[in-house]
Amino acid sequence: MKAFTYERATSVEQAASMAASNPDARFIAGGTNLLDLMKLQIETPLYLIDINHVGLDKIEPTDDGGLRIGAMVRNTALAADERVRRDYSVLSRALVAGASGQLRNKATTAGNLLQRTRCPYFYDTNQPCNKRQPGSGCSAIGGFSRQHAVVGTSEACIATHPSDMAIAMRALDAKVETVKGDGTRRTIPIADFHRLPGDTPHIETNLERGEFITAVNLPAPIGGKHVYRKVRDRASYAFALVSVAAVVQPDGTGRFAIGGVAHKPWRVDAADARLKAGAREAARAALADARPTEQNRYKLDLVERTLGAALAEAKG
Amino acid sequence: MKFEKPAEMNPIDRMKVVGQPIRRIDGELKVSGQAKYAYEWHDPAGRYAYGYPVGSAIAKGHILAIDSEAAQRAPGVLKVVTTLDVGDREKGKFNTAKLFGGSEIQHYHQAVAVVVAETFEQARDAAALLKIEYAEEAGSFSLKEAKSSAVKPKDAGGSEPDTSVGDFTGAFRSAEVTLDEEYSTPDQSHSMMEPHASLAAWDGDELTLWTSSQMIDWWRGDLATTLGIDKEKITLMSPFIGGGFGGKLFLRADAVLAAFAAKAIGRPVKVALPRPLMANNTTHRPATIQRIRIGASKDGKISAIGHESWSGDLAGGQPEAAVMQTRLLYAGKNRMTAMRLATLNLAEGNAMRAPGEAPGLMALEIAMDEMAEKLGMDPVAFRKLNDTQMDPENPERPFTQRNLNGCLDLGAERFGWKNRGKPRSRTEGNMLIGMGVAAAFRNNLLLPSAARVRLDQSGTLTVETDMTDIGTGSYTIIAQTAAEMLGLPINRVAVHLGDSRFPVSAGSGGQFGANCSTSGVYAACVKLREAIAAKLGFNSADAVFEDGQVRLGNRAVPLADAVGTEGLTGEDGVEWGDLSETHQQSTFGAHFVEVGVDRFTGETRIRRMLAVCAAGRILNPVTARSQVIGAMTMGVGGALTEELAVDERRGFFVNHDLAGYEVPVHADIPHQEVIFMEEADPYSSPMKAKGVGELGLCGVSAAIANAIYNATGVRLRHYPLTLDKMLHQLPDVA
Repeated sequence: MKAFTYERATSVEQAASMAASNPDARFIAGGTNLLDLMKLQIETPLYLIDINHVGLDKIEPTDDGGLRIGAMVRNTALAADERVRRDYSVLSRALVAGASGQLRNKATTAGNLLQRTRCPYFYDTNQPCNKRQPGSGCSAIGGFSRQHAVVGTSEACIATHPSDMAIAMRALDAKVETVKGDGTRRTIPIADFHRLPGDTPHIETNLERGEFITAVNLPAPIGGKHVYRKVRDRASYAFALVSVAAVVQPDGTGRFAIGGVAHKPWRVDAADARLKAGAREAARAALADARPTEQNRYKLDLVERTLGAALAEAKG
Repeated sequence: MKFEKPAEMNPIDRMKVVGQPIRRIDGELKVSGQAKYAYEWHDPAGRYAYGYPVGSAIAKGHILAIDSEAAQRAPGVLKVVTTLDVGDREKGKFNTAKLFGGSEIQHYHQAVAVVVAETFEQARDAAALLKIEYAEEAGSFSLKEAKSSAVKPKDAGGSEPDTSVGDFTGAFRSAEVTLDEEYSTPDQSHSMMEPHASLAAWDGDELTLWTSSQMIDWWRGDLATTLGIDKEKITLMSPFIGGGFGGKLFLRADAVLAAFAAKAIGRPVKVALPRPLMANNTTHRPATIQRIRIGASKDGKISAIGHESWSGDLAGGQPEAAVMQTRLLYAGKNRMTAMRLATLNLAEGNAMRAPGEAPGLMALEIAMDEMAEKLGMDPVAFRKLNDTQMDPENPERPFTQRNLNGCLDLGAERFGWKNRGKPRSRTEGNMLIGMGVAAAFRNNLLLPSAARVRLDQSGTLTVETDMTDIGTGSYTIIAQTAAEMLGLPINRVAVHLGDSRFPVSAGSGGQFGANCSTSGVYAACVKLREAIAAKLGFNSADAVFEDGQVRLGNRAVPLADAVGTEGLTGEDGVEWGDLSETHQQSTFGAHFVEVGVDRFTGETRIRRMLAVCAAGRILNPVTARSQVIGAMTMGVGGALTEELAVDERRGFFVNHDLAGYEVPVHADIPHQEVIFMEEADPYSSPMKAKGVGELGLCGVSAAIANAIYNATGVRLRHYPLTLDKMLHQLPDVA
């Protein structure tokens, strides 16, 4: 861990301006991912801005009937919120499927969106990794890739996004509210928040330098049956091989996002449209452009079967 | 004391303390954080510094140069000690790979430097500044590819690499029902809770090392060799150990680095191996490819059984002895086993809990299940039919005790085995439910073990031996043994372990620790009893030690009075005669498992587990049960998730942390039950005990594989039994 300067921000404005004046700054909230990366020298910020005291820890109703989740709301609190459990239970279920109780007590809504891949080559600083060291190459391609992405990949990177929460938010069409260093605010649909790796896998979101997430907005409830099905080798405390967040209406229509298959939460409009036709058609539409490796080809089948399980659960 | 004849009645048979369910005497220290583990020693002479180890970035080749200038200038850095600085060093005799010194790189993450600084963070930061220039060489990293070049090893852990009895080929060819299948087990990592850690402090030319070691004397000798000093100059302490599983049997790099670093800066230095370094820096259970052939008559009698195993290791290493149990477990007139060893340039393959039998039974006990199915027999009945009370390779040589069939019968009854249906016949919701069984087998190993016991004027009995407690309960069973021998309550016994100033014990490994170390304590207590009797003028053979007194006829003397103000000491050890040659000493068991497999996703979750063990006298049913359920848990990991994934291009284990290498979590482990058969084996030792710590792992994984088959109809032969290997064979659900 490099020596770094640590300062605490007490307001959003202060945090944004501190970040604007320090190009090497990183925000730290729960630190459940960043501290690990710093210990391994994968992230080496010289300046940390602690945002745990800026507020933003409320879940409030919005004018259009949705919910505004403060950036600093802890995963535990979000999963337990009565309104979330009632109207957006796919989100609640996704949250409790992730990490452990201790981690969820620390992890924040914004931090969860920004967590980085768990690709083992990303974590081993002896190995080439375009995400860690742009231009050095991707070790996972042709290497141990059982857990890696099958769709939306590039020649530069086949890493997945590890979040469960983000998969549910993608299914719910959440919107990310931000404030930039100059004080301007904007709202980014979650579909446009994370990026595919392309030639620049080290750039993972469309946030600008110093741009600060203030909240995640959920649109008004859409009803339907909410299911989050996470598949993993062990029963708990593991990242998804594949996960499916689905909201299914009584008439069999609905929407679904897939985790564990891409560099971002994976959702395809054409696949949503095929949902009523069943898991096979919908899964094939979702993964039409998949380019799996030999080791992760099983995920194509697994997505179909996991979606099948989710649809069966929604019906039941 | 030489143990040459089967034990007769002795004071242990009273079983007033031994055999009782006594809670760990060190439990309070552990749960209150007072038991000091290696990294928690803070009080050596002088303020200590931190050393951070640096692992090689290549798997094979040489170091051309190390530029440590930037690291040396980093804040807080006291010294950078590199493998080039210390030069070529003699390797200790127990390791295959060298730990530190010289320019040659034998495997990935081999220690190449230690950066010493005032704080841990400073040392870690500076470690990243080292610039190391390598000359990389091509290596061999795939067992599958190296298999054809594997050779018959000279040494197979003290056993013959090949055995052959009768005419296996002919008998197999003419058998009415045959099986010929290939199985594989992956490289596995010990993944114990406590990482390897050492604190080294020099006083002149004498070294004190606090470390985490299963085998004090082995470490001491090998450390002396590597440092080039006399063994007598080293004091080594390891009183508490946070798990080992074989990963701490042999000297490790943290001890060597700490010793060199402390010498270099003239201050004590503390070094722990970071978790991501452990998989590739230390040892692991090597992967195997196994071929099993079984031939039987239609009525289920095995006429031919053959087991071949291929594994890899660094040059000079040993094979994983995966065929050992097949030499002893089942009857059959015509038999063969063979081990072949390929040279691989991965980290050193070596012992991990139940080496040989664990991976061997993972294959053999699936084969037995397959064979039972081919014969149309119940797998319990098939195993029982092929039981043998004699060593099947040496039919004149009996087992001392062998109650495999009793374990199978009792287990079947308790588990509700009769309710097991045909494959894929039972469902609950989305779960396909199945049951599996496997035999458990592990030999009883005997190592010499010594102890010193001292009874003082206050009536306190103090035991000193360099025996280790790796979480197994050694403290407690040793206290029980000493209390029983002297007729004292257990709270009058103090036990001190893991210190090289004490008599040399068997140490912890190979499930020999409990039986051997308590036998050494027994021997020392015999000496003490003799000394007490002599002092009182009693004939020691007739003296009775009971209720804190020593009695002869109607004369009774409180022990505290008997020893007087000076106290009395007894020191002795146990050595073993040839009873393990004339007789076969082994432990047996039966594992029963029920699993649910999700019919959509193929996820396997364990629902119930039962182990029935026949392992001689159980010294403490509480600590023994903990050993067995821990081993069963390890077997769940071995069956379902654990695999060191090899990058065959770059030559290393990729998933080298606890996020990537998945061991079971609480949610994976359901109800576990353990039953111990009533036994006392007079051939094993004066304690009449054997080991159970490894037996509990032997066969579990195969029982899970067999349960998955029963649940799904999918036969998996390649571990770990992950969903991607069976998905395409599961019922269509779309």
